[in-house]
Amino acid sequence: MSLHARSLAELAAGLKAKEFSAVELARHFLARIAAANPALNAFLTVTAERALADAARADAAQAAGTAGPLTGVPIAHKDIFCTDGIKTSCGSKMLDNFVAPYDATVVGRLAAAGTVLVGKTNMDEFAMGSSNETSYYGPVKNPWDLAKVPGGSSGGSAAAVAARIVPAATGTDTGGSIRQPAALVGISGIKPTYGRVSRYGMIAFASSLDQAGILAPSAEDCALLLRAMAGFDPRDSTSVDAPVPDYVAELAAPLKGVRVGVLKEFFAAGLDGATGALVEAAIAQLRELGAEVVGVSCPNLPLSVPTYYVVAPAECSSNLSRFDGVRFGHRCKEPRDLMDLYKRSRGEGFGAEVKRRIMTGTYVLSAGYYDAYYLKAQKVRSLITADLKRAFAEVDVLVGPTSPTPAFDIGAKVDDPITMYLNDIYTIGANLAGVPAMSVPCGFVGGLPVGLQLIGPHFGESRLLATAHAYQRETDFHRRVPAAYA
Amino acid sequence: MSLTRRDVEGIAHLARLEITEGELPVYVDSLSKILSFVEQLNAARTADVEPMAHPLEGEVQRLRPDAVTETDRHQKYQANAPLVAGALYVVPKVIE
Repeated sequence: MSLHARSLAELAAGLKAKEFSAVELARHFLARIAAANPALNAFLTVTAERALADAARADAAQAAGTAGPLTGVPIAHKDIFCTDGIKTSCGSKMLDNFVAPYDATVVGRLAAAGTVLVGKTNMDEFAMGSSNETSYYGPVKNPWDLAKVPGGSSGGSAAAVAARIVPAATGTDTGGSIRQPAALVGISGIKPTYGRVSRYGMIAFASSLDQAGILAPSAEDCALLLRAMAGFDPRDSTSVDAPVPDYVAELAAPLKGVRVGVLKEFFAAGLDGATGALVEAAIAQLRELGAEVVGVSCPNLPLSVPTYYVVAPAECSSNLSRFDGVRFGHRCKEPRDLMDLYKRSRGEGFGAEVKRRIMTGTYVLSAGYYDAYYLKAQKVRSLITADLKRAFAEVDVLVGPTSPTPAFDIGAKVDDPITMYLNDIYTIGANLAGVPAMSVPCGFVGGLPVGLQLIGPHFGESRLLATAHAYQRETDFHRRVPAAYA
Repeated sequence: MSLTRRDVEGIAHLARLEITEGELPVYVDSLSKILSFVEQLNAARTADVEPMAHPLEGEVQRLRPDAVTETDRHQKYQANAPLVAGALYVVPKVIE
């Protein structure tokens, strides 16, 4: 089997068995990035020198017997994570000149675990988008069909892993930004529980929703990386001080007797028929594997999208006020006065979608409108969270589609924000409630991948990963690679 | 909900964003559509519902000892600043 056809877990095993060295592995993937990236636009920065230095250190650790389970495995980071001494753009002109002065905790932990950093991936500007078309650096292409979007906002990470030009990559998920692109390119992706993974050094979008996670071929790969990323960080005030389970060991938990709830609201109008049929077939397979499948209703869940488009822009308008043209980021030329400096620096530095969200957020927080919009949305958010809590009193895992359709054409939805926002109709609920969720590939419609979404209760990552792993032992959708990248 | 050009100009000013004449009608249209879209929240009955304060029930913001834990790295941080003089950030004159 060629090196890139192996999952991250298989590559880690190969390194341990000394089938190949970390330097060989890094060179292999760097060559694949160089060949494929001009068409995919998945990487914004390739850190070849850093990768080879990391790999040499990993080989030394293997030789010395001090290597860990991830030593020598190449990974990429979404360009939202600060990387000390490496450009960190967040997909924006605003940060086109920004070289991060420190590492995000996620970056530091994965480096300490011995991973090899090959580069930073493209993304929707400030993670605001569902198609990767809002990036200042141009859209990312879906490796299954270059005319289609890869999803977003972690579209660069998703496309890079799907084309196997990197074995795994980090992502962030505020309303579906890991799961939706994972579904649209046919890989696995997990958004952990709010507070499970540190957000220190992860550029903030909507702080009550943002969470860091992983995009990789298999659930086993996600488990390996999550075990290294998760855990308490005193530098993140929302980080939860709770023990991290051994997600890899717990993959073996049997599916027999696990109660799986099929979310009625996720199979209503709006779901593409062929997509729904594949998701239903995957759920039938979970039943054959021993899961107990029942129907579940969360009546307030359909209000997720309007709730999100009040709460997320409100938090975005506050978070992005730090980009003032004074301390870092873009500054306009020859400002007349301080107000002119603020307005033109921000007007020039932010793209259209980011400005739209900042203004939406400014409006819903402004005097006279706060109660009608923001407070109302936070109350509906309580209702949605209560629905999910009730559901998890009955079942262990909720299932449904990740996205209403397979990947759509580049340009198809850019002019209509509402249509674009509805891509995240099935993913936003998990962010509003802070619960973990993942997407795993479950088939193809017209040559394009479809994702099955699994949602768990707070800190239920082990069960999600074990359920996905049991499914992936019986299916090979997560092993399929687009012909051009095989 | 339908916004006017003046509404959007007011919002842009509050948000400290320069919006060009050409961009303005696009935002009048799309912001109006977004606000109309989120109005479906009004259908939800929330009279006795507490607004959500934290995604994790019972989590409270931690306190830490009031101790110096950071070292002085201003030179590295200020390397990203557009304009610095003598370790100070430089902006247009604000006091006449």
